[in-house]
Amino acid sequence: MPVTPVVEKTKIAVKDLNFFYGKFHALKGINLEIPENKVTAFIGPSGCGKSTLLRVFNRMFELYPEQRAEGQILLDGENLLTSKEDVALLRAKVGMVFQKPTPFPMSIYDNIAFGVKLFEKLNATDMEERVEWALRKSALWGEVKDKLHQSGSSLSGGQQQRLCIARGIAIKPEVLLLDEPCSALDPISTAKVEELIVELKADYTVVIVTHNMQQAARCSDYTAYMYLGDLMEFGSTEQMFFKPTRKETEDYITGRFG
Amino acid sequence: MITPELQAMRAGMFAKRNRINMLATGLALSAMAFGLFWLAWILWETIRLGLSGLTFATLTQMTPGPNEDGGLANAIYGSFVMVMLSTFVGTPIGVMAGIYLAEFEPKGWLASVTRFVNDILLSAPSIVIGLFVYAVVVSPMKSFSALAGVIALALIVIPVVIRTTENMLQLVPPGLREAAYALGAPKWKVILSITLKAARTGVITGILLAVARIAGETAPLLFTALSNQFWTSSLNQPMASLPVTIFKFAMSPYENWQKLAWAGVFLITLAVLALNVAARVLTRSKH
Repeated sequence: MPVTPVVEKTKIAVKDLNFFYGKFHALKGINLEIPENKVTAFIGPSGCGKSTLLRVFNRMFELYPEQRAEGQILLDGENLLTSKEDVALLRAKVGMVFQKPTPFPMSIYDNIAFGVKLFEKLNATDMEERVEWALRKSALWGEVKDKLHQSGSSLSGGQQQRLCIARGIAIKPEVLLLDEPCSALDPISTAKVEELIVELKADYTVVIVTHNMQQAARCSDYTAYMYLGDLMEFGSTEQMFFKPTRKETEDYITGRFG
Repeated sequence: MITPELQAMRAGMFAKRNRINMLATGLALSAMAFGLFWLAWILWETIRLGLSGLTFATLTQMTPGPNEDGGLANAIYGSFVMVMLSTFVGTPIGVMAGIYLAEFEPKGWLASVTRFVNDILLSAPSIVIGLFVYAVVVSPMKSFSALAGVIALALIVIPVVIRTTENMLQLVPPGLREAAYALGAPKWKVILSITLKAARTGVITGILLAVARIAGETAPLLFTALSNQFWTSSLNQPMASLPVTIFKFAMSPYENWQKLAWAGVFLITLAVLALNVAARVLTRSKH
């Protein structure tokens, strides 16, 4: 498998990762290095395993007893699959935003404070500052600053998704996993979220799963193309989109994929 | 290209579909009218006979002897106390069991067995529950008691609450749970702050409907709390309740008792109606 040498510091290193849904072999010997403070996109047709791979990074799959991962995922050099550390602490470091906006059944303010309260004891002023910081960071502050105590589900779909991103960054993770964060959004909201993704990489390592080729091209630095559980090609986004090494990658990216 | 033959065929098929549609609508409407007719009649009779028997004394005086003046105060109080207590006892058990079924190993064998047994309990005739409590509580204690009535009513509340809690929790989108876990929330926190909160209105509706159900139950009280002609707030003594008093008074040949029975029927109907309306309002304000 051709891999372009990655010069940046590696945040997450995937080594010989195999993943199973019961007996179904969903990821086959994945090797991948995700650089720090960059946006890495996973692309590929439905069912290729890109979301599955993402859900291994925060051990989300462990919610389902029939799912299992074999191999190593090194986060800053430590294998998170065998780590003795509580999974909650891992998830504080590796945040996740999902395809569908999932505001919690509480106020906008509490949606963000909920996660922070799990890991930090802040007084009221500090908490207010944190909530404002997260909302500003996710470009939502201006739209919600006068209605922080309204229900989170009263927001539009795009605002809800930015609320979920704000909720994710409020606990100050190191890595942010985005699982098709724009697939339920209109173009204007999508543009806002994409802008946000590019800004976020200054402070976070971002990994994004997307079905939208243009999105991967617009906002990622590195791209991984996956197909049927295999990592077909991984390299800088520029190289992947302009001169991919493999014919399959080119076919998929240009839309000639069968 | 639409030929005249095709046009005619389409018109014919459309006319037939229209006829079937009208027939089905007509049948549905008459079924609704049939149902509503009886409901309206019941409500009308209840209001007509109930209101005429309802005076201020009905709410303040004790149940009288034959051909004496009196009211339903002790029965109203008894019903209130027993329904309240059994709801307080039954609700936490039901909600917690519902949480177990929906959130902890919903596919495990223990959950399957619990669900099966709960379904049986849910459809068990209430007189069976009354006799059961008679056998295990009233008999050993050698006395009818409000406590036994509370236990019997709680046994009716529990399966209803288990079922609605489980169903309502299952309606919470799995994505919401995952989002909470993804923030690093522990399981108990996810259940209490997210899923149960999201299902809150549904769970409360279930509890209100369970209360409405036991408010009118007669059979389980006949063998347990029995009745009492006097005011008592002791749970160790027989306690009057509206349904049992109605049962006793309506069957009697005394006119004042029959009048009070109707007043009681009116009060129960009013209470059940209020609970149902409350349940409706709660479900509607859900967003």
